[in-house]
Amino acid sequence: MNREGRVWTVLFLLGGAALLAKGLLTESGLGDIHVKPARVAEGRTIAWTEAAAGDAGAVFSPVRTAGLWVAAFLTLAIFSYLYRDNVFYKLAESIIVGVSAGYYLVAGFWDSIVAQLMTELVPQFTRSWAVPGLDADKPADWWFLVPLVLSVWLFFKFLPGQSWVARWPLAFVVGTFAGLRLVLFLEADFVNQIRNTIMPLVVYSADRSVLVWSSLRNVGIILSLLACLTYFFFSVEHRGVVGRVSRVGIWVLMITFGASFAFTVMGRITLLTKRFEFLFNDCLRLDEFLKPFLGT
Amino acid sequence: MLDSLITLDRRWIFLLMGLAVAIPVLTQQTFPEALTATSRNVFTAVEELPEGSLVLLAFDYDPGSAPELQPMATAFTRHCCLKKHKMVFLTLWPTGTPMVDQTIRDVIQGEFADLNLQYGEDYVNLGYRPGNEVAIKALATDMRKLFNTDAQGTSLDDLPLTRDVRNILAAKLALNVSAGYPGAKEWVQYGTTQGTLPLGVGVTGVQAPQMYPYYPDQVLGILAALKGAAEYEAALGDRYERYRDPKLNAAIQRMGPQLFAHLLMVGLIVLGNVVHFAHRRREAAQ
Repeated sequence: MNREGRVWTVLFLLGGAALLAKGLLTESGLGDIHVKPARVAEGRTIAWTEAAAGDAGAVFSPVRTAGLWVAAFLTLAIFSYLYRDNVFYKLAESIIVGVSAGYYLVAGFWDSIVAQLMTELVPQFTRSWAVPGLDADKPADWWFLVPLVLSVWLFFKFLPGQSWVARWPLAFVVGTFAGLRLVLFLEADFVNQIRNTIMPLVVYSADRSVLVWSSLRNVGIILSLLACLTYFFFSVEHRGVVGRVSRVGIWVLMITFGASFAFTVMGRITLLTKRFEFLFNDCLRLDEFLKPFLGT
Repeated sequence: MLDSLITLDRRWIFLLMGLAVAIPVLTQQTFPEALTATSRNVFTAVEELPEGSLVLLAFDYDPGSAPELQPMATAFTRHCCLKKHKMVFLTLWPTGTPMVDQTIRDVIQGEFADLNLQYGEDYVNLGYRPGNEVAIKALATDMRKLFNTDAQGTSLDDLPLTRDVRNILAAKLALNVSAGYPGAKEWVQYGTTQGTLPLGVGVTGVQAPQMYPYYPDQVLGILAALKGAAEYEAALGDRYERYRDPKLNAAIQRMGPQLFAHLLMVGLIVLGNVVHFAHRRREAAQ
C-alpha cells in the first residue's frame, strides 16, 4: 500500500471509530427513523408516516433507517469526486441515472398513457382498475385513436427501411408546438417586452414631486437597452459613436452575465448546505449533540 | 509563496469551501433579512387577498432543487393557511409529485392540523399534469378537456372546491415555484399573458435572471433563489409572531452558510487576481 492509501485507511478507521463512539456513547446517538400509522383499513395499516421517536404509536423503521444511511453513503460517494474520480462515484452516478429513468417511465405510464389516453379510449375498463373516480357514464372518445396511432408510429424509427413513418408524428409535434408557441411567445416575450420598456424617464409621485431613484432606474434601463441593441446591430461598423455605445452594451451584458453567475453560485451553495444539513443533522444528529455547547 | 499559490491544488479550495459552509451549518448562525420590492409584492398579494380566496399553487420542481425551492413552497402554503385561502395544488414535473405531497403533509396536515382543513373543500391536489405548455394552456382555457380527476383519481365534479371551476382564471392568484422547464416562464407565456390572473413566482438562482424582464408587468413579484425565500420567511415572521423562530425558517438558516461561502469566494477572486498580476509583473521583469 502506498502512502496515500495508508493515509486514507487511517482516515476511514478514525471516521468509523468516531461514528461508533457517537452512536454508542452520546445521548443523541445516530440517525434513525420512526413511523406511525397514517392510514388504517380493516384493522390493517396500509400507509405509514414519519414520526418523532416519542410520539404515541411510533415504532422504529429498519427499512427507512437503512434508506437514510444509504442516502448518506451516496452523498459521500458523490462528494468523493471532488478528490478524484473513483468507483464509489461511478456507482452513485449509475444509481441516480437508473432510478431517474425508472421513475420517469412509471410516471409516464400512469400519468400519460393511463390518465390521458386510456381514460378516453376505454373509460369503463380504466375505471375498473386504475381511475375509480372516473365518471361511470363517460363514453369512449375515438378521436384519441389519433394520438395512439401517432405514438405507435414513433417506434417505426427502430424498423430498418420503415423509419420514414416516424417522421409523421414528429412533424405533427413540431408543427403543433410551432403554432402554439408562435402566438403566445410573440405576445409574452416580444410585444409585452417592448411595451415594458416604454416607460417615463421622469417619474412623478402622486403629489407631483419627482421620484429621483425611480427616474434614474428608468433612464438606466432605457440606456442599457439601447446600448445592448447597438452591440447586436451589425449593419453599421462599430466605430466612433456607434463603437463607444456598443462597448457600453458589452459592459451591460457582462454585468448581466455576472449577475447570472452569482445567482447560479448561490444555488450551488444552497445544494451543498442542504447536503451538510442532511449529514450533520439527520444522520449524525450533531445539532442535538452541539445544542448544550452552542446554546441553540 | 507566489509559486505555491500559482500551483495550488484546487482540492484545497474545495476543502476551504466545505469548511465555509459546514461550520455555519453546525453553529446555525442566522442574520436579518431586508425585504426587497420583488419579494414584498408577492407577500402583499397573498396577504391582501380576501380571506378564503382561491389560490393556485404550481410546484414545478424536483428533489434536486428542493433545497432552494422547498422553503418557498412551504412559506406560500403557510401563508395561504394563515389567511384561510382555498388551495389547488399541481405540478407539471413528474418528479414534483412528492414535493406537493410533502408540503401538504408537513404544512396542512402537520403545522395547521388544528385548523382541520378538509380535502376537497379547503384544498385539492391535482397532482402531476403531463403536457408542459399544452397543460398550462388547457388549464387557462378549459381544464376539463385534459383534467377530469385529482391526483387520487377522484372526479373534480365530486370535490366541492373544483366542482364549478372551469379554468384557472377562477383563482384570484397563482403562485408558481419553478426550477426550469416547464415552469415560471411557461406560466407567464401560456397561463397569464392572455388572461387576468396575477402571478407570483419563486425560482432557482439559475432561472432568476430570465424572469426579471417580466417584472412587474407580467409577474407581480419574484422570489429569486434562496435569498427570495429567506425574505419571504422574514416577512412572514414580521407579520405572524409564530414564524419568528429561525428553526421554522429553513431559508433564513441557509443564508448563514451563503454569507461565509460568498465572503470566501470574493476573497479567492481578489487573491486570484493579485497572484495573476504579480506573476505577470514578475515575468515581465525577467
